[in-house]
Amino acid sequence: MMAENQALLKVENLGVCFTHGAMKAHALRGIDLSFYREEIHGLVGESGSGKTVTSTCIIGLLPSPPGEYTSGRILFDGVDLLGLSQAEMRTYRGRKIAMVFQEPSKYLNPAFKIGEQITEMLKLHLDMNKEQARQRAIELLGLVGLGKDGRVLDSYPHELSGGMKQRAMIAIAISCNPEFLIADEPTTALDVTLQLQILRLIKKLKDLLGMGVLFISHDLGVVKEVADRVSVIYAGRIVESSTKGMLFENPLHPYTKLLMASIPDARKRGQRLATIPGRVPDADATPSGCAFHPRCPLADERCKTENPELKGKENGHAAACHHAGESWNI
Amino acid sequence: MDLVRFFVKRFLRLLLTVLIISTLIFFVIRIIPGDPALIIAGVDASAEDIQIIREKLGTDRSLPMQYLAWLYSIIRFDFGNSMISGESVTKLIFERFPLTLTLALMGISIGILVAIPLGVMSAVKRWSLWDYFGLVFSQAGMAIPSFWLGMVLLLLFAVKIPIFPLFGSETFAHYILPALSLGFGRAAVILRLARASMVEELSKEYVITARAKGLTETMVKYKHALKNALLPVITITGIELGYMLGGAIIIEQVFSLPGLGRLFLFGIYQRDFTLIQGGVVFVAIVFSMINFLADILYSVVNPKIRVE
Repeated sequence: MMAENQALLKVENLGVCFTHGAMKAHALRGIDLSFYREEIHGLVGESGSGKTVTSTCIIGLLPSPPGEYTSGRILFDGVDLLGLSQAEMRTYRGRKIAMVFQEPSKYLNPAFKIGEQITEMLKLHLDMNKEQARQRAIELLGLVGLGKDGRVLDSYPHELSGGMKQRAMIAIAISCNPEFLIADEPTTALDVTLQLQILRLIKKLKDLLGMGVLFISHDLGVVKEVADRVSVIYAGRIVESSTKGMLFENPLHPYTKLLMASIPDARKRGQRLATIPGRVPDADATPSGCAFHPRCPLADERCKTENPELKGKENGHAAACHHAGESWNI
Repeated sequence: MDLVRFFVKRFLRLLLTVLIISTLIFFVIRIIPGDPALIIAGVDASAEDIQIIREKLGTDRSLPMQYLAWLYSIIRFDFGNSMISGESVTKLIFERFPLTLTLALMGISIGILVAIPLGVMSAVKRWSLWDYFGLVFSQAGMAIPSFWLGMVLLLLFAVKIPIFPLFGSETFAHYILPALSLGFGRAAVILRLARASMVEELSKEYVITARAKGLTETMVKYKHALKNALLPVITITGIELGYMLGGAIIIEQVFSLPGLGRLFLFGIYQRDFTLIQGGVVFVAIVFSMINFLADILYSVVNPKIRVE
């Protein structure tokens, strides 16, 4: 077990609020996350739970206004990223903290060749000249499985398939040997067969480059495939956090249990797929007490008024629930 | 490879456009009531005189023969002789074309040099003073008729404060006021489009990627977004230039410039059929060529279009 102080990146009590006129939406309500080198930390939640806001904060691109930090710090190598100016943050972005996005066809610039989209970073962050950058770009393409001859360098995004585009996107992200990689639903837009390839690629690169990885997904099945550690986020709060093994063996939070029950399973073929009733509350109308109580089968009076703390961090398996570990008939 | 194929395809389309327009003109001219030979010969002419004129015009032959002869003449770029002055239509057009070309290029330069930067800045600094200035500029450009602007400019800068010559077309200075009057309205259109296009591109996902890569805001906006934003601007600029090359009848009238617009206008007044039909085909060819060039430029900036 790694000690707390070895964390590569720590999110501490992070709170984010979006203001639209008189309406205030508390997208993040004090979340804690720790990321370690050579470890993939999966962040799981439904749409609107705050996954992407978390990644946006870490890379320093929270649109402000309307976004605003209400509390917390993001420590990277002991530096609070939230205290940096945009110019200072730019020396981290792409260089030390990189990001892979969900839909490569939208997130790659259609008007530039893949080569240019890789080499511009190398020239900017690593002061490489044109030839050095090109050599390095060819190397990178080989690394992500896009051929060793560098032919893809002269391709435009539209000339590549979906899987190739995502590989190119990954090549861009890892070009400057970042210490921390954010992968925001990197496989959601891909075919199932390609998903697995991309997941394996991310794992391979994590080991090769020793990166810490934040892997965001709405799909617990995908996270099970790739992550070493998993945190479950609900309505802007972490509700459960643990190593993958412990979490899947013994989920403590009813939300986590319900998420697991809704993973399609070949052994349950023919049965009805379990679903969680209701939906994630809007961030401007978070329920009182435990935000999950309107959808929770275990909810009682206490859950409606008292927000549970995230307990059990000491043994590496924490859950924020008054009824943590209790079971019921799903 | 893609580029070559695209080039050939667009060139064939250009030829097809010209063919269709030539055919249309041929039949429209034939549908118009009245025998041109009768108009030329006048009411008192003898039957033989009329026959001689018909033979000269070629209207004594069958319609398909006339059509083939017409297409052949277009290929040779020979539009026959003016029915009024007897001069070669091709020669008449090419005498006037340099003036129209100069005027159009200067007019479009105003569009490109003023409207595109102003439109892009308006988009980048939305709701700033820049943007309001751009808004006023484009509203004025679209609302003010070019002939009025031309007359006001003449009155102010050629009569009251005589910086520019009143009429003539000998020096560069002669073109400045007409180009301004012509370019202002065009610039307004280009500005609106440049702004709208840039606003749209700045909200695209790849802009987030560019920021996440740690690029400076200058690179994010003026490299990544701008290249995409320029695409529709190229197309509209090509179309505007094409229009201007067809001659600017009103501006040429206001500034007494002997350009294509006035040539065609007098051709219409005098029912000079050969001049009109030659003129229309010429304008169609020039317009198609400008569009062709704009398409090629577009495909260089946006390679995606080549495969679509």
